[in-house]
Amino acid sequence: MLYFSKLRIISVIIFTIIFSYFALSNFTKLDDRFFSKNINLGLDLQGGSYLLLEIDNRPVITQRLQAKIIELKRYFKEKEISLKNFSLNGDTITFETQEQDLEQVSKLLNDKESDINQYYQSYKSHEFDVIENNNLFNLNYSRYGLVLLKNASLDQAIEIVRRRVDEVGTNEPNILKRGNDRILVELPGLDDPNRIKSLLGKTANLTFQFISQNSEESFGTEKLSFEDDDREAIVSKRIILSGDNLVDAKPTMNSQTNETVVSFSLDRVGAKKFGKATSTGVGKQLAIILDGKIISAPTVREPIVGGSGQISGNFTFQSATDLALLLRSGALPAPLNIIEERTVGPDLGQDSIDAGILSLIIGFLLVIIFMIYKYRAFGLIANLALITNLFLLIGILTLFEATLTLPGIAGIILTVGMAVDANVLIFERIKEETKSEKNPIIAFDAGYTKSRTTILDANITTLIAAFILFFMGSGPVKGFSVTLGVGILTTLFSVYFIARLLTSLYVVKNKEKEQLL
Amino acid sequence: MNNISFNKFYRKFNILSLILIITSLIFLIIKGLNYGVDFKGGTLIELRTNDKTNNITMIRDSFNQMNLGDVSVKKFGNETDFIVKFEKQNSNDPEFIKNIQNKLSSSIGDVDFRRVENVGPKVSSELLKSGIIAISLSLAAMLLYIWIRFEWQFSLGAILAIFHDVIITLGIFSIFSLEINLSIVAAVLTIVGYSMNDTVVIFDRVRENLRKYSDIKIYELTNISINETLSRTIITSVTTLLALLSIYLFGGEILKGFSLAMILGVIFGTYSSIYIANPILVVLNVSQRTIVKKEKD
Repeated sequence: MLYFSKLRIISVIIFTIIFSYFALSNFTKLDDRFFSKNINLGLDLQGGSYLLLEIDNRPVITQRLQAKIIELKRYFKEKEISLKNFSLNGDTITFETQEQDLEQVSKLLNDKESDINQYYQSYKSHEFDVIENNNLFNLNYSRYGLVLLKNASLDQAIEIVRRRVDEVGTNEPNILKRGNDRILVELPGLDDPNRIKSLLGKTANLTFQFISQNSEESFGTEKLSFEDDDREAIVSKRIILSGDNLVDAKPTMNSQTNETVVSFSLDRVGAKKFGKATSTGVGKQLAIILDGKIISAPTVREPIVGGSGQISGNFTFQSATDLALLLRSGALPAPLNIIEERTVGPDLGQDSIDAGILSLIIGFLLVIIFMIYKYRAFGLIANLALITNLFLLIGILTLFEATLTLPGIAGIILTVGMAVDANVLIFERIKEETKSEKNPIIAFDAGYTKSRTTILDANITTLIAAFILFFMGSGPVKGFSVTLGVGILTTLFSVYFIARLLTSLYVVKNKEKEQLL
Repeated sequence: MNNISFNKFYRKFNILSLILIITSLIFLIIKGLNYGVDFKGGTLIELRTNDKTNNITMIRDSFNQMNLGDVSVKKFGNETDFIVKFEKQNSNDPEFIKNIQNKLSSSIGDVDFRRVENVGPKVSSELLKSGIIAISLSLAAMLLYIWIRFEWQFSLGAILAIFHDVIITLGIFSIFSLEINLSIVAAVLTIVGYSMNDTVVIFDRVRENLRKYSDIKIYELTNISINETLSRTIITSVTTLLALLSIYLFGGEILKGFSLAMILGVIFGTYSSIYIANPILVVLNVSQRTIVKKEKD
C-alpha cells in the first residue's frame, strides 16, 4: 500500500526531528536544559590510558593459610584435642591426629555447622576441602573458598586503587572489576600515565621495625636493603607499627634540616604502640620499611608519644607527595601487575577524530553522488533516507550515551555504504515489476512487498555479526559493533518509513509519467 | 535486464578459487600470520620525532641498545611518525615506558609518544582465543540462521562461500605480512556478514525462481537469478567500496589495515556469492522438489 495515514506521517516526522535534535546537540556548545547528553568519546579519540591490572594473590593465600594454622591450633586446643606435625606444603595445610580423635576431628571439619571450616550454603561447599588419610589431614582451599578469598581481596584492592586514582585527580576515571582477579582502570584525558602507573604498582606496605643489634632475636631477623643505595641492614621481624594505624600523611618541610619529609599521624592504638616501643628503644635505630625496602632508619632519641612523626629519606617534593598519597590511601592486599596498557596521546586522538570525520564526509558524498547518478529522483529519496539514517544513528548513540571509538566511526561510514542496499534492492525490484505491471502504484507496491524478506534476511545476517562482536570484542572493537548494529536498525527505519513515504508521495504525484524509475 | 552467461565460467572460476584457497592455506600454514601486539604480546609505540633527520635506522639502533628483544621500526604515515614494536613488555616495572622514553630522548632528541600499547602474554593469548571464538561463533550463527531460513543445500553453499572469503583474505594478509590485530578480527566478522548478505540476496531469488519455473534446470536457473540481482549486487558493492575506500585513504593510518581487509572481503564476498555459492547449488542438483518438499512438511 502506498497510502500512509496522517498519524503515521506525523509520528515519523516527530520521531526523526527528536533524534536529529539529539544528534545535533553534540555539536552545539549551548547549555541545554532539556537534553544534556553527549556521545562519549572512546580513549582512542579523546586520548587517555587504559590499564588492566592483575592482582597477584599468592602472598594473600599464603598469609591466610599461615593464619589458618594458628587458628586451627587454638581451636583444637580449646576442644582438648591434640594435633601434631602441623605444616604448610605449598597450598596445603597438613596435620596428624591420634587414632581416637580421628572421628571427632573429621566431624568438626566436615560439619555444616562447623565453626572452623565454614560452610557456604549458597555454594554448597566448605571453605576448605578436607582429605583424611591414615590419621593425616590435608586441608586445601575449596574452589569456592578460593573464589571468595579472591573476591574479597579484589574488592579491597579496587577500593585502594580508586582512592589512589582519585587523589591524583584525573577527570572521570572508570574503575571496574574484571573477573575475580583483575581491575580495569580507564583514565580519559590523561596524557602522562607514568605517575599513576607507578602509584598503582606499589603495594605500599609500611612497617616500623627496629634494626637488630644482635642477630639472635626471639622474633627472628631479616636482611633488607635500603631504598636509595645498596646498603643492607639486619632488621628484627617484630613489627612495631604498620601503615594500618596511620590516619593521615602529608608532605611537609622540616624546618631544622630544611628537607622535605612526610609527616604522619597515628590513631589511638598506633600512638600507644609507638609510644611504648620508642620509650623502651631509645638509642636504637628504627627502620621505616616500605614494600620490603628501608626508606630510612633514624635513631630514636626520645620516646615519641604524641602519635605523630616524620619520615625522612632524601625525598623530592614530588616523591614525598606520592609517598604521603600512598600512605593515606592504604596498602593493597597484594601486589598489582599491569598486564595490559593502551595509552593514546590527546593530539593523536584529535588527529583520529579529524581523519574519521574527513573520511565520513568524503565517503558520504561519494555514495550520495553515485546514487543520484544511478537513480536520479529516487537517488535523491534514497539520499534523504540516508541523511535521516545518519541523524538517527548519531541521535540514538547520543541518547544511550554510547562510546564512540575510531573503529566506531568506521562502522558509521560502513553503514553509509551498506544502508543504500535496502533501497537499491527495492528500486531494482520495482524496475522489474514495472516491466509486467503497467500501473505504477501497483508495481511500486509489489516492489516493496517482494523485496521485504530478502532485505530482512540480508540485514539479520549483519546484525548477527554485530551482536557477536559486541559480546566478544573489547574496547574500540566494541564501539564498531555498536555503530554497525544500531546502523542496521536505523537503516531499516529510514528505508521503510522515510524512503517509502517519500517514494509513495512521488509516485502518486507523477503516476502519469512514462518511466518513473 | 542483463544477460551474462555467468554459468559458463563456473568451472573455470571454481578452479581459480581452489588455487587461491590452496595457496592461502599453504601460506597460512607455512608462513603464518603476522600477529600484532594484541595477539602476540609485547609493546607498540607510535612516536613522533621533532627532528626530521631521524630515520628508521637511527631509531632502530637506539632501541636495539635497550635490550628489548626483537625490535621492528616502520614509518607510519607522516615523515616524522614511526611505529616501533618489540617483544618485551614489563608488567612488574611501572617505569618501563618512562625509562625507554628517557633513553630515547638522550640518544635521538625529543620524542613524543603518541600511542603506547603494552600487552602481556596472558592477555594476548586470551585476546587471540576470544578472537577465534568470535569468528567461529559468528560462522556457526550464520549457518544456523541460514539453515532455518533455507534448505541445507543453500546453507552449505553460503558457508563455503564465507570460508572462501575469510581464507583468501587472511591468505593475502599472510602473503604480504600485513598485521593482524583486534580490528582485523572485527573486519573479518563484518566480511562474514557482508558475504552472507550478498549470498542471501541471490539465494532468495533462486528460491523464488525455483517456485516459479519447474522446467528450468538449476544450472540455468542460478544464472537467471544472478542476472536478475546483478545490478543490485554491483551497486551495493560500489557504494560499500566507496565508503571503505574513503576510510582507507582519509581515515588515518590506524584504520588502514582494517579498511584494506574489508575492501578485500567485499570484493571476494561479491565474487563468491556468484561463483562459489551458486555452483554448489548446481553440484547438489537443487530442484523445485528440494524446496517444495520442505514447504509441505
